[in-house]
Amino acid sequence: MSVSVREFAERGADLELVGIQKRFPGFTAIEELDLTIPAGSFFALLGPSGCGKTTTLRLVAGLEEPTRGRILIGGTDVTETKAHQRPVNTVFQSYALFPHMSIIENVAFGLRRRRIGDADARAHEALRLVELDHLAQRRPAQLSGGQQQRVALARAIVNRPALLLLDEPLGALDLKLRRQMQLELKTIQEEVGLTFLHVTHDQEEAMTMADTVAVMNKGSIEQMGAPEQLYELPRTVFVANFLGQSNLFTGRVAGTTDTAIAVDVQGTRLVVPTTRAARHQGEVTIGVRPEKVALHRDAPAVSPSRNVLGPGHVIDVSFSGVSTQYIVSITGVGTVTVFAQNIGIGPIASEGDEVWVSWDVEHGFGLDDDPADAGKFAADDDTHAIAVQRREALVAELEES
Amino acid sequence: MAFAAFATTEAQPQAPKRKSRIALFLLLPGILYMVLFFLTPLISLILTSLQAPNEFGDIGVYDYAFNWQNYVTVVQEYWPHILRSFGYALVATVLALAFSYPLAYFIGVKARRWPLLQSVMLVLVIAPFFISFLLRTLAWKQLLSDESFIITSLKALSLMAPDAHFTGTPAAVIFGLTYNFIPFMTLPLYTTLERLDLRYLEAGSDLYANPFTVFRKVTIPLSMPGIVAGTLLTFIPAAGDYVNASRDFLGGPDTQMMGNVIEANFLVLLNYPAAAALSIILMAAILVLVGIYVRRSGTEDLL
Repeated sequence: MSVSVREFAERGADLELVGIQKRFPGFTAIEELDLTIPAGSFFALLGPSGCGKTTTLRLVAGLEEPTRGRILIGGTDVTETKAHQRPVNTVFQSYALFPHMSIIENVAFGLRRRRIGDADARAHEALRLVELDHLAQRRPAQLSGGQQQRVALARAIVNRPALLLLDEPLGALDLKLRRQMQLELKTIQEEVGLTFLHVTHDQEEAMTMADTVAVMNKGSIEQMGAPEQLYELPRTVFVANFLGQSNLFTGRVAGTTDTAIAVDVQGTRLVVPTTRAARHQGEVTIGVRPEKVALHRDAPAVSPSRNVLGPGHVIDVSFSGVSTQYIVSITGVGTVTVFAQNIGIGPIASEGDEVWVSWDVEHGFGLDDDPADAGKFAADDDTHAIAVQRREALVAELEES
Repeated sequence: MAFAAFATTEAQPQAPKRKSRIALFLLLPGILYMVLFFLTPLISLILTSLQAPNEFGDIGVYDYAFNWQNYVTVVQEYWPHILRSFGYALVATVLALAFSYPLAYFIGVKARRWPLLQSVMLVLVIAPFFISFLLRTLAWKQLLSDESFIITSLKALSLMAPDAHFTGTPAAVIFGLTYNFIPFMTLPLYTTLERLDLRYLEAGSDLYANPFTVFRKVTIPLSMPGIVAGTLLTFIPAAGDYVNASRDFLGGPDTQMMGNVIEANFLVLLNYPAAAALSIILMAAILVLVGIYVRRSGTEDLL
């Protein structure tokens, strides 16, 4: 045993994954993963299902062994350490509360295994933290989903692990309870100051809760950073589209100044600040978030500080109360999505209207992806395709309810 | 007639009543069967157990009486057999559990990824049922007789004394009981272990329990329904078994169990009251033991 389970860091510990690879018979879940999570942070691993995020979590918990690479917790190599000897606790997606034990026995389980004194008192304290102490004598089956989720959380944090792993713990809850639990989790993390590693496919959940988000795709991390940074300056097509929506354009760099690059997109010059563009020459993909794009009924005055596209035609308007989403088709460029705050009364343009779109040069971003490589994602990058997919998903959801 | 206003509310309880009448009707064949073939023989058995010998009659002629001394007599006479029955049954049950649990765990948990292997192994567990257990027990008598290959080899290797026997010893009887009831232990264990959610085991090891503690604190309690069902299905018939312990099979004069004594009293000694009293004692003892066991194992909420 290289790490004594008694050696727990009071304020959480760093987690370091070095060159991790995980192969299962028939497929590779994680190709090559390097990741450092500083102590005391709330780190979210965000990605679609099958991207390897849950496998990463299970590797850290010791429930799977990596094919290659090392796992360090608080600087100690735990790659060879068995799950029960790692200073790590997990809140499982299914909660996995022991059905044959009462709530208090569930919460005290970890403490008793480590022979920690007054396990019961500590367990009650943890239950008070999640406001469920009055249900201590019940069985898990007698509790609601939200209550079980809180018990699972109490059962993990009562051990004061160096690292707390959360495996989509809010997935089974309804929206309202989910919001409430997100806030509670965040509060608890601030109170106990542990290192949290949260795995989720819900981008909103990741952005509201975590101080660092890593977007994972196909077994590797695409981009990592603070939620604002990730949202405002995505580096890859995948991040630009998985974390919110983006309007993306591909073209050749036509001119460079000290502060900006100009990209020729089917004859229209679009300007992006040099500092916000990852690639400065050749074929590049640039983009802008739909809520940063303004819609004009008349041709806007040409200004060096704004990119203008148009004229085009509105092909779809969907009004959602707070905002309206317009999809504008611009000849030669493709479609552009615009989110407009509903500051007037109702939509300002309707289907078939001739419109122009513009955005502040400062709001554009240039991706790191080579457009030639990204070509295979062509079907996905088209903003129109994504809008259609979202609408289809929405329609399906509505039909279901 | 003032209550006429309540007629509708009074009518409401009628609906469930009519339902229960249908249920009763559907239960009728089962109830009739139980009365005819379970309750009647049971009452007859109790009455027989209290009979007294006819003063002027032949051997085997008894009159109805309230001769409760029959119970005292049989306990005084046969207490070693009673203790032996439960002792052998207990040892056989423990051995069958020790043998079946790993087997059932392998089939139900480890072999989940290979459904074909699971089916083949299950068929192998059930396969002995294709041959009468009398024949199988007789076969074991041959295999374990003094002249058999197994015993001569053991003697040649000095693992057994040259003049020792295996058949006719308590070990042989317990072996036979264990062997014959293993499928009754394995199958219920398999059905609970097959449904065992492995995420609970992962949660256990995540909460600092080593593999042994996970087994003791999580796997065993969660498979308790199977353990209770399997041990009952083994212990009850084993305690009343009269084949394995019989001199014609694996037993000897010193290994007679209650079943053998009951058989002898009924068929050889024609002492029907004694045989009936022993049967009632066996039944009552099993009921009490099983009742305590089910209570103590605390499986009510898992069953």
